Amino acid sequence: MKKIFTFVVLTLIFFNFNNNAFSIEADVFVQSTVNRAAKTLGGGLTKEERIEKLKEIAKDTVDITGIGFYSLGKHRKNLSKEELENYKIVFEAYFLKSFSSRLAEYSNPEIEVNSKNIINANYTIVSSTLVATDSRPEVKIEWRVYTKDPDNLLIRDLIIEGLSLARTQKEEFSSIINSNDGKIEALLKNLSDFSAK
Amino acid sequence: MYYIFYSIMKKIFTISVLSLFIFASAFAGDDGELNLSKKSKPVKDCFEPINRVTFAVNMGLDKIIFKPVAKGYRVLPSPVRAGVSNALDNLSSLVTIPNNILQGEIKKAGVNTGRFAVNTTIGVLGIFDVAEMIGFPEYEKEDYGQTLGTFGIGPGCYLVLPVIGPSTVRDTAGSFINIMGGDPWYNASMNGNNEYLSESTYLASRVLGGIDFRAKNIDSLENLEKNSMDLYASFRSLYLQDRQQKILNSKATTETMDDGDWEEIDSQ
Repeated sequence: MKKIFTFVVLTLIFFNFNNNAFSIEADVFVQSTVNRAAKTLGGGLTKEERIEKLKEIAKDTVDITGIGFYSLGKHRKNLSKEELENYKIVFEAYFLKSFSSRLAEYSNPEIEVNSKNIINANYTIVSSTLVATDSRPEVKIEWRVYTKDPDNLLIRDLIIEGLSLARTQKEEFSSIINSNDGKIEALLKNLSDFSAK
Repeated sequence: MYYIFYSIMKKIFTISVLSLFIFASAFAGDDGELNLSKKSKPVKDCFEPINRVTFAVNMGLDKIIFKPVAKGYRVLPSPVRAGVSNALDNLSSLVTIPNNILQGEIKKAGVNTGRFAVNTTIGVLGIFDVAEMIGFPEYEKEDYGQTLGTFGIGPGCYLVLPVIGPSTVRDTAGSFINIMGGDPWYNASMNGNNEYLSESTYLASRVLGGIDFRAKNIDSLENLEKNSMDLYASFRSLYLQDRQQKILNSKATTETMDDGDWEEIDSQ
């Protein structure tokens, strides 16, 4: 009986500990990512230097491939392996340009991480607040963190005031493909043109 | 006498035509399913070519009129803008309260009535949000479009209205309810027999509301414009996501999002 009791208690502690370890890591991960970005944005760098630094941060912390595949939606299944590989390359260039130019406009954003919600073993949603300034109201930001590999947490989505950036992008891509007779080439061209701007 | 009879008949006719329109369109995209699912179903963009033209016209108007005006408005001192925003929110609670009741949220209706009373009196016509200072919960707007949604009426087709912008058949119908007696502020200004309010007061409040909204979103819209490959599709997506959240009265992101597609993607 004592052995069974010890086993049950240890199992419970183990799972509980693991669960907490996940959530704490996701929290810390988001906070440290935010701190890295804030340091870059408020560090007196030129705009070009800021953009390069932000790209590095994105490569380290964002699941660019995952977001790219998600953004393709149902069209993903119609592509060959070769087309997917090509798409991955084009999408990464597009994403890094879009991500860094969006963020480079902000100077010294103050983000407070508030709480986290473990959805399942693969996902934790971390809630945070972009602190209000004179020119901008307070903004709630949630981070969908992919926790499948606990040693390599990655951001998959940013949900700003309840609006998912990944879902918006997915619907934008779908609109481009659909208005071009379902051809992925139109999307690839749009992505390449955007990156070349 | 004839005028009153004519006016009543016109209202009944408008309501009947509108109701037919809403029900036919709203249920058309529903596949016969009336329950509001927590996971979103795609909303049909039945009039996409016309919507895209209207959207382009609206963006042109925004560039020439609304954006410059909103930029000018942003020059005003922050407390002035906050006061205007508070007063507009206070007026909007006249629509929120009946919608709270229609949605069965009696407690919220009570809280919002208290908020309106406090802010209109002590808060000087709503300019100061005294209710928030004394601990009232955060204000959440409700409208007739949301109420129709909670009744199980589907959004129908996506619409882009001239000047007003993104909407759906259901939300447009909801806006019509405002001018058919559902908005006490509209009734008092347009039809009220008093010397203080007039049509121009109502129109000024609506225009100011638009400018205030545009000014609050100037950076995010600029960012969106710069980074979108299909701005029309981005606006549509953001509008529909926002409405879905508001109708479900949900703050939990995961409740309104379909995780299925994410689960299929294994990049590690």
